Amino acid sequence: MPTAAATAAPGSASAGPASTPPTRFAVPGRIAVSNRAAALWQTATLTEIRRETPAVSTFRFAVPCWAGHLPGQHLMLRLTAGDGYTAQRHYSLASPPDDAGHIELTLDHVEGGEVSGWFHTEARPGDEVEVRGPLSGFFAWPGDRPALLVGAGSGVVPLMSMIRHRRAAGLDVPLRLLVSARGPEELIHAAEYGAETTAVFTRRAPEGVPVGRLSAAHVAPLLAERPAGGWEAYVCGSNAFAEHASRLLVEAGQPVDRIRIERFG
Amino acid sequence: MNVTRGFTGRPRVHNPGLPPGQYDAGDDWPVLSAEVTPDLTPADWTFRIDGLVAEPRSWDWDEAHTLPASAYEGDIHCVTSWSKFGVRFAGVSLDAFLDVVRPDASATHAVAYSHSGYTTNLPLADLTDGRAWIAWEYDGKPLPAEHGGPARLLVPHLYFWKSAKWIAGLRLLDHDEPGFWEQNGYHARGNPWEEQRYSGD
Ligand SMILES: Cc1cc2nc3c(=O)[nH]c(=O)nc-3n(C[C@H](O)[C@H](O)[C@H](O)COP(=O)(O)OP(=O)(O)OC[C@H]3O[C@@H](n4cnc5c(N)ncnc54)[C@H](O)[C@@H]3O)c2cc1C
Repeated sequence: MPTAAATAAPGSASAGPASTPPTRFAVPGRIAVSNRAAALWQTATLTEIRRETPAVSTFRFAVPCWAGHLPGQHLMLRLTAGDGYTAQRHYSLASPPDDAGHIELTLDHVEGGEVSGWFHTEARPGDEVEVRGPLSGFFAWPGDRPALLVGAGSGVVPLMSMIRHRRAAGLDVPLRLLVSARGPEELIHAAEYGAETTAVFTRRAPEGVPVGRLSAAHVAPLLAERPAGGWEAYVCGSNAFAEHASRLLVEAGQPVDRIRIERFG
Repeated sequence: MNVTRGFTGRPRVHNPGLPPGQYDAGDDWPVLSAEVTPDLTPADWTFRIDGLVAEPRSWDWDEAHTLPASAYEGDIHCVTSWSKFGVRFAGVSLDAFLDVVRPDASATHAVAYSHSGYTTNLPLADLTDGRAWIAWEYDGKPLPAEHGGPARLLVPHLYFWKSAKWIAGLRLLDHDEPGFWEQNGYHARGNPWEEQRYSGD
């Protein structure tokens, strides 16, 4: 079970501790995360590598003392060289919370990348790396409210954890995914998408599917569905994508304080 | 030490300016903010200091620009582990604002808050004596919106989440009060040289 407790309060920016000043744009509700788990480095043993697309693979690890996480959270991963040099990067958790003692990360092979490069060219089952987490409850989705997910490239990874969680837990709270990829062969986790997903292809698309970037026309029908209580929007991807997608959501009427963004840098 | 099999890392020269666990992002300046970039023009921007001060007050864009200009040239460090060397910001030293409002002797901490609803806490000692700025220029140009423009707090000796983008004000307190990321498990102070990333570090 995740140790992270959901204590989200929407638009609570001004309702927090007594002296926190009121502000013009409210930040969405927060989720308290276990700080103890985040402070500890643990050994994660690679057990399996699965290819997703030509440039993306999923890495499955055994982490026996993993405290659990909420879909959408990430961790910090550390590699150590023989001379003591370390490289640390953040990665979103791709797996749902109830994968006891195991976690999965889905990594894009970044050209010239130090950490993703090691994973894609060197790593093999049995290798050990270090992780700490889960981190940052802000982008997490406990499965409580209708969720509108918008991702591009590896930005779909934390959103996939949400979809998997919803399925595994048999939740019927509304959830929709808009996912953007350059072409069908670059769509990560493609085999797992169902009726909740609309794929947008920016360079190459199958016969009869339009090519073009995420637009107001993709967002409008989803916002028009308006589930009871409205959508909680989760946007994830590169900064350029996050800026574009969050602007489309705001223009389509999604309240600014109900858009959470995870930028991969 | 847990050496990772087959990992050598990128060829590197020892850089004494690089805090532990950080890497040099070079020309990149990653953007990391959890909220929608606010549509904030200089005409909408205001900055206020209140709480434990003799004379609370607000400045608008033009009023803030009448204070003496001050620049920072040096390095910045993000908790996500990139550092950026030799950056140039221009704006006004926070000391110039604090001189006007005159902090009470009882003030020990501040909560910085932004026009987007973000908050972060800082010891007052980290904001005084030429260690903090309100910055509106980067590299000789207006600070881009995604990096906190029109104006952000700049506290370069702490991890960069303390340098609140779209800064709206500071409230001075006689106690520490966790802000947005600090409530989400991040360290209360965030000194990169001590590698104070998460609560418990
Ligand atoms: C919250 C969060 C979650 C994330 N989740 C994921 C995820 O689920 N999946 C995922 O794939 N990514 C994710 N990322 C991105 C991830 O953290 C890394 O940034 C990414 O894997 C690249 O790291 P790297 O070490 O491979 O590349 P780096 O070595 O950091 O290089 C990045 C880029 O800089 C260039 N570069 C920098 N320095 C040099 C140099 N000296 N020489 C040559 N080239 C250089 C590289 O060529 C490359 O283009 C996430 C990021 C954040 C902040």
